[in-house]
Amino acid sequence: MLPSLEELRVALQGLLPGVSLVVEGNALVVEAKDVIAVCRCLKDTERFGMDYVANLTAIDYPPDRMEVVYHLYSMGKKQGPVALKVKLPRTNPIVDSVTPIWRGAEFQEREVYDLYGVTFTGHPDLRRILMWDGFEGHPMRKDYVPEDQDAPEAAPHP
Amino acid sequence: MSLQAADAQLLEVSLGPQHPSTHGVFRMNVTLDGETIVKLKPVMGYLHRNHEQIGERISYIASFPFTDRLDYFCAMSNNFGLALAIEQLGGIPVSERGEYLRVIMAELTRLLNHTAVTGFLLNDMGAFGTPLLYAFREREKILDLFEAASGSRMMCNYVRPGGVRQDVPPEWLRQARQLVDGYPRFLDEFERLLTENEIIRQRTQRVGILPKELAVNAGVTGPLLRASGVNYDIRKVDGYSIYPRFGFKVPLGTVGDVYDRYYVRILEMRESITILQQALKDIPESSPAISPKGQALVRAPRTFRPPKGEAYGRIEAPKGELGFFLVSDGSPQPYRYHIRSPSFVNLTVLEDMCLGQKVADTIIILGSIDIVMGEVDR
Repeated sequence: MLPSLEELRVALQGLLPGVSLVVEGNALVVEAKDVIAVCRCLKDTERFGMDYVANLTAIDYPPDRMEVVYHLYSMGKKQGPVALKVKLPRTNPIVDSVTPIWRGAEFQEREVYDLYGVTFTGHPDLRRILMWDGFEGHPMRKDYVPEDQDAPEAAPHP
Repeated sequence: MSLQAADAQLLEVSLGPQHPSTHGVFRMNVTLDGETIVKLKPVMGYLHRNHEQIGERISYIASFPFTDRLDYFCAMSNNFGLALAIEQLGGIPVSERGEYLRVIMAELTRLLNHTAVTGFLLNDMGAFGTPLLYAFREREKILDLFEAASGSRMMCNYVRPGGVRQDVPPEWLRQARQLVDGYPRFLDEFERLLTENEIIRQRTQRVGILPKELAVNAGVTGPLLRASGVNYDIRKVDGYSIYPRFGFKVPLGTVGDVYDRYYVRILEMRESITILQQALKDIPESSPAISPKGQALVRAPRTFRPPKGEAYGRIEAPKGELGFFLVSDGSPQPYRYHIRSPSFVNLTVLEDMCLGQKVADTIIILGSIDIVMGEVDR
C-alpha cells in the first residue's frame, strides 16, 4: 500500500536531501528545479514503482501563477494516485520535461505547451498539437479572448 | 538518415485527413522507403473545439451532453466518468438501483464498442461490408435499448451524479436480459468466421507488435495494453462503483500484435456478458434511480457549489482509461475541467508499432488501436 501523502513527503525528503516538498490539499508541491529528481525517485524506488503517468495538465491562476499537475499511478504495484504539482510564474513558464522518464507524457506535454504556453525543456518534439502551426496565443489561458465569430471580416477574400 | 545515401529514394506521403481508413479527420505524415514505413508523425486537431474551455464556462451538469460527443460510440461510459469525478468532488451518494443501471449501461457500451471496432478492423483489412454489417446488426439492438432508456440512440446524456437521469421503462430489463442471453450466439458465429480464419491469421499475427515495457512506459491503457500482456484493468484496480461485487476475468494477450488485440476484445465481450448477467439478476426492484442529493443537483444545477478542491475520477472506458480532472473554486462552474482521453494517449505508440511495417499494415495497426477523433481532438 502507498503511504499517506505526509509519509510520502518525509520518505522522499529522506531519499533526496536538499529537495523541498510541501503537502497542499491532496497534492505534493515540488519546486520546478526538482521535478526530474522527484519523478525519477518515484519511478525507480521499489516501494513506490510509479511507472505510469496517467494525467498531466496545467491550471492557470491569473495574474501571476501557473500550475502543472501530474497524476502518477503504478501499474506494477497497482497503487496510486500520487498528485504532484509544480508552481510556475505565469509569464514564460518553463519546467523540465518528464517525457524522457515516461513516454506517456509526450502528447500531454505537447497539449499543455499548445493550450497553456508552458515550455518543457528536454521534450523531444515540442510542437503545437491541437491548434495549427502559426496560431497565436494559448486558448486555455483564462485571459484568452476568442475571436468574434460575428464580426465582419476586415477585407474580402482576394 | 543513412538511407538517403543509398540509391533508395524516400517518399513523403500524407495519409489522410480525408481518408476512410483513418477513422475520422486524422493525418499521418509518413516517410516511405518503397512500401516500408521509416518515419510516421501523427497530425491531429482537425476536430478540436476546445471542449475544456466550454466546460469551464457552464455548470457541472451542463457538461454531460458535451461528453456524449467526445467518444461518440460510448456516450454512456463518458457520462459515467464525469459523474464519478463530480461525486468525488461534491460528496454525492449514489442510489443502489442507479449504480446497477450505470454498470449495465457501461457494459452494454463496451459490447457495442468492441463489436463495432472489430467490424471496422475487418473493413480496414479489405473484407468490405459483410463483417461490419454483421457487427452493426448487433450494435443496432443495443442502440434500441439505449433509445428506450434515454430517448436517444447515440447522444444518450443519461448518467447523472447520484444515479441516472430517469428509470428505465417497465419492459426494459426483460428486453436487456433477452439481448444479453442472445449475445453469445452472435459472438460464436462471429468467431467461427474470424478467429480460426487462415487469411486473418496471416494478415494480423506478428503485425504491429507492442512490447510490454513500452506499453507501460507510454501510458497505453485498455485492450491495447492488455493485449501486450499487462494485467491492468481499472475496474479491478480501483474497484469503482459496484464492480467488486461481480465476478469477471481480465483477458490478456501474449504477443501484443493486431491479432491479440482483436482476440482480447472478443474475450472482453464475453466477460462483459457475465457482468451483465449478474447485474441484471441482482438489480433491486423498488429503489429510486437517483439519490435525493443527486436529484436536487439535477433539478437546480446552478445551486451546486462544491467545496474548493480537486478531483480526478477515472473509469475503464472501452478504449482505455478515461479520466476527468475537476478543480472547484466554490462557484457553480468548474475552475478547471480536463479530460484525459484514452485515444489521445494511445496514439503515442503508433509510430513505434508502424516502423518497418508496410503501408497496408499501418492501416490495420491504426484500426487496432481503436481511436475516435471526437475524443482525440476534444
